[in-house]
Amino acid sequence: MKFILSYKISLFAVLIFWMFQSFFISASFADDYAIKRKAMIDAISHDAALAESATGIKKFSPMVMEALGSVPRHEMVPDNVKKNAYENRPLPIGYGQTISQPFIVALMTELLNVGKDDNVLEIGTGSGYQAAVLARLVRSVFTMEIVEPLGLRARQALKFLSYSNVEVKIGDGYYGWEEYAPFDAIIVTAAASHIPPPLVRQLKPGGRMVIPVGAQFYTQQLLLVTKDKDGSVRTRQILPVVFVPLTGKH
Amino acid sequence: MKVHNHKSSLMRAPFFSIALLSAAVLSYQVLLLRLFSIIQWHHFAYMIISIALLGYGASGAFLVIALSWIKTRERLLFVVNAVLFGVFSVVNFWMIQNLPFNPLELFWDKNQIYWLLLTYVCLIFPFFCAANCTGLVFFWLKEHINTLYAVNLFGAGTGAVSVIGLLTLLSAQESLLLISGMGFLAASIGVVELKMSFRASIALFLSAFIVWFLPVEWLKPKISPYKSLSHYLNVKGSRIIHESSGPLGLLTVMENHESPFRFAPGMSINSSAEIPDQLGIFTDGEGISVITRFDGSFNKLEFLDQMTSSLPYQLLEKPEVLVLCAGGGMDVLQALYHQARHIDAVELNPHVIDMVQNKYADFAGYIYSMPQVKVHINEARSFVRGSDKKYDLIQIAMIDSFNAASAGTHSLNESYLYTVEAVSEYFSHLKPDGMIAFTRWARQPPRDSLKLAATAVKAMEEKGIDSPDKHIASIRGWNTTTLLFKASPFTKVEIQKMRDFSNKRSFDLAYYPQMKKEEANQFNILDHDYFYHGIESLIGDQRDNFLAQYKFDIRPATDDKPYFFHFFKWRTFRELISLSANQGLPLIEWGFIIVTITLVQAAMASLVFIILPLWIFYRKQDQRIGSKQGLFIFSYFCSIGLGFMFIEIAYIQRFILFLNHPLYAVAVVICAFLVFAGIGSASVKNKPEIRTIRLGVSGIIIIAFLYIFLLPVIFDYFLFSSNVMKTGIAILTVAPLAYFMGMPFPLGLRMISDFAPAAIPWAWGINGCASVISSILAIILAMFLGFTFVIFCALFLYGFAYLTASFNVKQ
Repeated sequence: MKFILSYKISLFAVLIFWMFQSFFISASFADDYAIKRKAMIDAISHDAALAESATGIKKFSPMVMEALGSVPRHEMVPDNVKKNAYENRPLPIGYGQTISQPFIVALMTELLNVGKDDNVLEIGTGSGYQAAVLARLVRSVFTMEIVEPLGLRARQALKFLSYSNVEVKIGDGYYGWEEYAPFDAIIVTAAASHIPPPLVRQLKPGGRMVIPVGAQFYTQQLLLVTKDKDGSVRTRQILPVVFVPLTGKH
Repeated sequence: MKVHNHKSSLMRAPFFSIALLSAAVLSYQVLLLRLFSIIQWHHFAYMIISIALLGYGASGAFLVIALSWIKTRERLLFVVNAVLFGVFSVVNFWMIQNLPFNPLELFWDKNQIYWLLLTYVCLIFPFFCAANCTGLVFFWLKEHINTLYAVNLFGAGTGAVSVIGLLTLLSAQESLLLISGMGFLAASIGVVELKMSFRASIALFLSAFIVWFLPVEWLKPKISPYKSLSHYLNVKGSRIIHESSGPLGLLTVMENHESPFRFAPGMSINSSAEIPDQLGIFTDGEGISVITRFDGSFNKLEFLDQMTSSLPYQLLEKPEVLVLCAGGGMDVLQALYHQARHIDAVELNPHVIDMVQNKYADFAGYIYSMPQVKVHINEARSFVRGSDKKYDLIQIAMIDSFNAASAGTHSLNESYLYTVEAVSEYFSHLKPDGMIAFTRWARQPPRDSLKLAATAVKAMEEKGIDSPDKHIASIRGWNTTTLLFKASPFTKVEIQKMRDFSNKRSFDLAYYPQMKKEEANQFNILDHDYFYHGIESLIGDQRDNFLAQYKFDIRPATDDKPYFFHFFKWRTFRELISLSANQGLPLIEWGFIIVTITLVQAAMASLVFIILPLWIFYRKQDQRIGSKQGLFIFSYFCSIGLGFMFIEIAYIQRFILFLNHPLYAVAVVICAFLVFAGIGSASVKNKPEIRTIRLGVSGIIIIAFLYIFLLPVIFDYFLFSSNVMKTGIAILTVAPLAYFMGMPFPLGLRMISDFAPAAIPWAWGINGCASVISSILAIILAMFLGFTFVIFCALFLYGFAYLTASFNVKQ
């Protein structure tokens, strides 16, 4: 009898220990990620200040930084790169796609210049991270992914993190999402040979569209498309780095 | 004087086996370049294979270290190494395919370096084993050195030609199995030649057959997920409908009815034109070209009028057009849309033409069979040189993908389409009011377009055109730039048409004669008006200063320095790399960096392979050699190794334009060099060493020097001859030079066999290392100083080799 009692007590103790351990481990991981996220935000601020003369933005708005500081990036990347989730570098997310460098995500978000009541369309959900960041800043995010497994994974991650204002659709983004158009802002995360005309049409007058340009892992510049109130469209190339090819008096 | 191994009286030297193995190794080398170009990218393929070739250096070091152990086991080791070449050539390739190496992450993820090292190790083995066979027989059967070296070169020469045939007939993976089987076959023949076991020979022979009939699926190249083809394959509905493999690349045709291709580079942001269905053609998983559905209704092709590339058609009435690099036919369709009177379409790859003309002719609307279209299978520049026709428009299509262009990975690839001489020839083929049109991806900061402008200005100056500024016009969209160079000055009417065309489509005017600065940078805004400012500077007095100050190398490319895509400048690299948080990485010209890294790696590894045997020489009494002798061996074999490859690479480049085809030039020139060098080697069998070295080196210096002036004359004289005739001329021209180049190596080996036979494998290894380094160094030198300079370097090296040999004799 005594043996059974002591066995039960031991089992109970082990269980309690295990629960505490799990709690402490997950808490410590959570702390760890929070620290890393803070470091990532600092790195973004640092890069923003350095790139000021190229981007024209000295400091990202507090709302954008807050959004980036609160989205658990590690929950949106594959397990094998979780440990690198908060490094200021692009990461592979499978299917030949990447998640942009956090600084680039911040810059793209800033350039979109979104407000609380805005509806945003994203073409190329990827990991869902950009959508999650935008979800904290706008009313609704409509995001489309052409690679089915990626779209499904992002949808699951966004659901798990309770982003109720993000809708993920799997399909071809060339024609946009007519049902919810027009949009205040559009972000196209994969540069094509041309800007799809339906997307230009679905952008509200006064709206902005951002497209990163360059090879995977190497975003060279950001294309900012603006639609004036009269419907005329212009583009602006933004080099996210201070680099002028002309020197001297040129 | 000659040391006769007692075994040599009982057996024949394995001449056939060495010839076969050498053919297999050279074929393997070319095949690997092909396979890795499919899996990764050309520049990474080049890096990996260059390092793998250091297996030759490693073999030299190994043979020196293990010499005493080898001495009683030569025959067995020869056969085993031939077999191991067969095994490793296939198995190690399979292993590499399964490594998680991603070259794109090399500069972000340090772990990738380990995967890269493992890749090198895997690939070195097959070359190491094959080199062991050759190095072993050089040492062990010294009395046959001349003939052995000759058959080695002869075999390699045959391999250079046969691999092209192999890749034409078989897929890359089938070719791989065939080459692997050749290793077994060489071992089997070796067993017979060395009078070993008859049963073993039969078994090895059967093994070769088994290898040839193995399934090939497991060896199918796994294309990087970051290549365009893989991206499209991930899209729902994508389907590969055709695949064909050839020496020019793996062509894959893909369709997607659910999410169709919509390839319209630089289409106006104002356009609402629909793009018809397209089939995507990928070469080695990249470089997309499309076949556009055409049902005879031109209304559905409006998008072709919405791209910057349609500018020349706004200025010309029913022009006669030459489209270079026609590919899937988009530029031909654009010309047809704009009612071109006649179109000559030139495309190098016959498979691509076959797709548009036959296989998917119905889809393509039979455009390549239309009465006003004539298709030519030819290299673009060669076609222009060989034609006397004049055109209203010469259109050079954009053949590289945006990603490849933006990463600067083409810098290794020579291109004779964009040189001063090329533009000059295009001008010669224009009607009085004709124009040349180039469309390029608009990179930020600009590189290609400004380099093209600089090239055209230089060409116009050389042609004696007054005021080149009156002959240039350019517009740009957000991602493409179109440059026009006209034979006569642009008229006011043409400029007005250009202005109207651009305004309507929100394209920016980049330059036209007497353009006002305020007109630039209106729709697609850059932080500076780089294009206008750049072209203005290139036509003005400030040109040299501008070219020197600009942070990318945009000096014109020439036929002697045909590296149009080489934009790299060291000071810019230093600036970009110093930017914090790797912000500058995307702007770096990676192609050149990869070559430089390759050179450094090769030099470091070579140093190990060269120094290690020296340590053995120092430690082992029976292998000891004097320091002066060591220095002689090192300088002599290093010089001739570097010199041989410098000349070979420079001559391949020289013959590309003459032979109309880069691949045939490579095959013919390498084969001719190796075969005639083999004959040269065999011819010096009983000749005195130093006098014959003097003869050989003098022959090389005189002929190569004369060729600098004679070759252009010969090429011009036979410009319009048939390809067969041209090939014959190429072989005849290479023959005397190669004949002399075959002499120094066996003579040098013979010299050292007298005073330091143990150093023969070392000399073999040094030669191998020098060959690898020189193939990389030649390209770097040519990028900056041109191929003529590379030839002069080779002549100096051969002269130096002779001096060291004569000094050694005096000692």
